[in-house]
Amino acid sequence: MIRKLKYLRWYLGLIGIFLALLFVIIYPIPSLLWWQSSFLSRCFFILMICFGFCLFRLMRGPTPADRAVAVDTLGILIVGFCAVLSISTGRDWYIDIAIAWALQSFIGALALAKYLEGRGFDE
Amino acid sequence: MSEIIGYIFIIVGLSFDIFGCIGLIRLPDVYNRLQATTKCVTLGTCSILFGTLVIKGLGGTGIKALLCIAFLLLTAPVAAHALARGAHISGVKLWDKSVCDKYEEDTKNSRQ
Repeated sequence: MIRKLKYLRWYLGLIGIFLALLFVIIYPIPSLLWWQSSFLSRCFFILMICFGFCLFRLMRGPTPADRAVAVDTLGILIVGFCAVLSISTGRDWYIDIAIAWALQSFIGALALAKYLEGRGFDE
Repeated sequence: MSEIIGYIFIIVGLSFDIFGCIGLIRLPDVYNRLQATTKCVTLGTCSILFGTLVIKGLGGTGIKALLCIAFLLLTAPVAAHALARGAHISGVKLWDKSVCDKYEEDTKNSRQ
């Protein structure tokens, strides 16, 4: 009985994910500015959902390592966000911001890893 | 035509991104979360940048996007490895149902 309930939870979660994706694809989002096509505004919407997931894990991670992983993931997602921005606005320097953000995120992740290593109990 | 191919690459990248972030929420352990997010999100972002290259063509923006892809593919695994090592040294436990822990055995052997 309990095992059947577990499978039921899995199927409900899958149906929920597919319903959310269908809602994102079908729901008509009004474009904020004149240069935004509706496809690119849907891209921004999906990336915003990813940011929300990362911020959830950043807010209630049980250990500090979880928060470090969430910050690293957020830095890589912002690079993709800048790439989509450079397509939708047609300006080149958003890609420069993406390169600089990737470098800074790498250095930040290394610093967080060093900070985690310094908190060992026996070394 | 090139815009349609680029948009297909962007859709593939966005789906990789959102599945990686679902893995970041749903998986039970630090190491499992790190594995899911590093692979999925790095591949997804590289696919978005490749779509930018296909749409913009081999101009200044396309070359910069290619440079960003190379830089991201070089640095993201290094950062993930450093984070995993830091988490293990910091004393984060593995999940209960994990099978083996080779790094712990290696450090024990080197200490003796």
